[in-house]
Amino acid sequence: MELFGQTVICGILLGGMYALIAIGMTLIMGVMKIINLAHGALVMVGMYVTYFCFQEFGIDPYFGMFLSMPVLFFIGCLIQKYMINRLVEVESILPENQVLLTVGIMLVLTEAARLIFKSDYRSVATGYSSSTVFLGGMSISVPMVIGFFIAMVFTFLLHLFLTKTDLGKSIRATSQDRDAATYLGVNASRITMITFGIGSALAATGGSLLLPLFYLWPDIGHLFTAKSFIITILGGMGSTMGAIIGGLILGMAESLGATYISMGYKDMVGLVIFLLVLLFLPGGFRSLAKR
Amino acid sequence: MSFFVARKLVKRFGGLTAVSDLSFFLEKGEILGVIGPNGSGKTTVFNLISRFFPLTSGEIFFKGTRIDQLPAHKICELGIGRTFQVVKPLKRMSVIDNVMAGAFLRTNSIGRARQKAEEITDFCALGQYKNVEAKSLPIALRKRLEIARSLATEPELLLLDETCAGLNPRESEGAIALIRRIRDAGITIIIVEHIMKVMMGISDRILAINFGSQIALGKPQEVAGHPEVIKAYLGDAHA
Amino acid sequence: MKNKSVLINIAVLLAALLVPVVIKAPYHLHIIILIIIWSIIGTAWNLLGGYAGQVSFGHAAFFGLGAYSAGLLKFHFDISPWWGVLLGPIIATLVSLPIGLICFRLRGPYFALAMLSLGEIFRLLFTNLSNFTNGARGVMIMPDITSKMFYYYISLFILVLTLFTTYRIVNSKVGYYLVSIREDQDAATSLGIPTTLYKNLALLPSAFFTGMAGAFYMNYVAFIDPNIVFNLSNVSVMVILVVMLGGVATTWGPTVGAAIYIFLGELFRATLGSANVLVFGVLVCLIILFLPNGIVGEMNTLKRLVRRKKGLPGGERNEFLRG
Repeated sequence: MELFGQTVICGILLGGMYALIAIGMTLIMGVMKIINLAHGALVMVGMYVTYFCFQEFGIDPYFGMFLSMPVLFFIGCLIQKYMINRLVEVESILPENQVLLTVGIMLVLTEAARLIFKSDYRSVATGYSSSTVFLGGMSISVPMVIGFFIAMVFTFLLHLFLTKTDLGKSIRATSQDRDAATYLGVNASRITMITFGIGSALAATGGSLLLPLFYLWPDIGHLFTAKSFIITILGGMGSTMGAIIGGLILGMAESLGATYISMGYKDMVGLVIFLLVLLFLPGGFRSLAKR
Repeated sequence: MSFFVARKLVKRFGGLTAVSDLSFFLEKGEILGVIGPNGSGKTTVFNLISRFFPLTSGEIFFKGTRIDQLPAHKICELGIGRTFQVVKPLKRMSVIDNVMAGAFLRTNSIGRARQKAEEITDFCALGQYKNVEAKSLPIALRKRLEIARSLATEPELLLLDETCAGLNPRESEGAIALIRRIRDAGITIIIVEHIMKVMMGISDRILAINFGSQIALGKPQEVAGHPEVIKAYLGDAHA
Repeated sequence: MKNKSVLINIAVLLAALLVPVVIKAPYHLHIIILIIIWSIIGTAWNLLGGYAGQVSFGHAAFFGLGAYSAGLLKFHFDISPWWGVLLGPIIATLVSLPIGLICFRLRGPYFALAMLSLGEIFRLLFTNLSNFTNGARGVMIMPDITSKMFYYYISLFILVLTLFTTYRIVNSKVGYYLVSIREDQDAATSLGIPTTLYKNLALLPSAFFTGMAGAFYMNYVAFIDPNIVFNLSNVSVMVILVVMLGGVATTWGPTVGAAIYIFLGELFRATLGSANVLVFGVLVCLIILFLPNGIVGEMNTLKRLVRRKKGLPGGERNEFLRG
């Protein structure tokens, strides 16, 4: 029973951090209606920035995160403005070339990281990395607890930003109906750029929070792209709340799967669920609640 | 039974009832005009007949066969063609290839499809544009291409959705002349339009709807003078 | 005009037949055989992705199934893996049937995502079913024949077969229907086209030839494991890039694309060392931004521009079934 409790709590804590990354993706998807296969690579870059700050200057990851965020915001804006946005003007037979462009961006980011940092597995060794707290008979990792709470704080701040500020409202308006927002005087192309920046910054934040828990290497991005997709599809596209619920579900499924199912099939279970939701619940689990 | 019968059509989208309890019929060779203000459910009726949306309840019969359970592509095979209000040209195909895509419904041979497409483009006065890519056509010609394409499927009943919307008066006259030629070729037509003048001229009978239900059905003059119709179009003050 | 293009095709075929007479170095022939394998997969993908507009990010599934069909024949039953060149495509086609029925419920990018996850599911399945597939250790065979020339002619034969079949499909009623579906699915439905059926008619041959390429690959390279043949970026995404570079919805595009890709890939690997994938990635971005319809695809636009400037007739000539 304690093992079960511990597994569930770990899953929830991890899921909260995954959710932050997925919210970044769902924001971008909502406003741009694109499928961004480079999202995980942005997480990876964010993690490397935080790692670099830690390694070179001894900045704690929880502070390094605040450097990583603006850097990724900037990179995100650049990618949107000079690459993805340009596709609007390109006349292509297959609209899916947009998906492919994000694959190209993913390759460039991953390989650039590999060139700089090599393929080695890296980790940050802080004093608290392996420390645990005990709750009843269950031992819970400290960085997980901290990461979860910071993730929740950021989610709450984002929620405030989206509902209370003009910029946030413009983002939501553009996401709902781009043309209508434009008619009402929203500068949609600027909003899109900023949204991509914010999405990337959230990816960096989530990645940095996970840094004390995961090994870091250039290909880790694939892992996060897959996770964010599963979460976004589970939670319904463009929904912040959906992403949180999706994140918690995925975190728990993963954590339970790792404890109770063989490691080899763990990833497959996630993919099969993803496929089934895509096919039969196009609105994500939220559409179940509505029925 | 009549050539085409729609009986008690109902369509709900969630809580919104787009079409409610609508019944009408057509005889062969007739032009039925469907009028109504924006959002009154005209295009929804077309989407129900051509099975782009499933009915919530009701029945549709075509030449004595019940068709409301068939898949969309079967409807066309049975002989009901349609155009779209927001035109959907096959953009990167030439005009002749667009029409051929329709002609292939009745033949497997490229030669025969091309020959038929040539005839139909000429019939629709599109002959001189036949090698132009559909995406570079202006709106009036795109609308005509929609008609040509569905004519190529050899329909017995043609559903025309706002053929004159967005056209200038001269282009509209061309479109109306084309519709008359189609009728003279023996094709039954249901036409949706909210320009009254267009409808009065060519319809044999007019069905006026608002909020998805019938408000009047009859000869053009009768419908035009009907107080409910005037109210729907011009507001209460004029009724 | 038609005779001319037939003559050109015959000339190209003759030239292709003479290649091993001129090029004798095994390494060069090896590169050419790789190009042919990618041309086959690209041409097969193009039928579904380019003409019918159903972009699959999971063609590695069919490639891997073909490869494993050949490999496992030898591994379990000691039957010549060459029989796999017949069995592989059949298995890939059989598997594609339910895949099509399920995934064609989805449109556009959602179809792409569903295929992507299917490809990955197959990779994980073949990694984990180790009793049947030998798992991550892969399957190795001892080839009976080592002459590159032999493999060259076999692969060339498969490529010609693939090109001929897709050409016949594309230039028929089915081809018109596929392009109509790509251009506007609703319009296609309104013209009486059963869209799901025709998408499946594109998927089946596409899976068939991809499976055949996989089975040939097994025979040629003699070693496979799930991470090689079911690889997302090195097979599924790679084939899309090959087609996009060469020319979406063109007959020769995939072949041209494969030739340039493999050649550049080898060149980068030889000259740039560890930066080669980075340069490759940059190239991908540039292609999509500046040559969205591929070299063969954009060639016609360029030609048309030139013709129009000269005021020659034919400037508006429709390039059949293409953008």
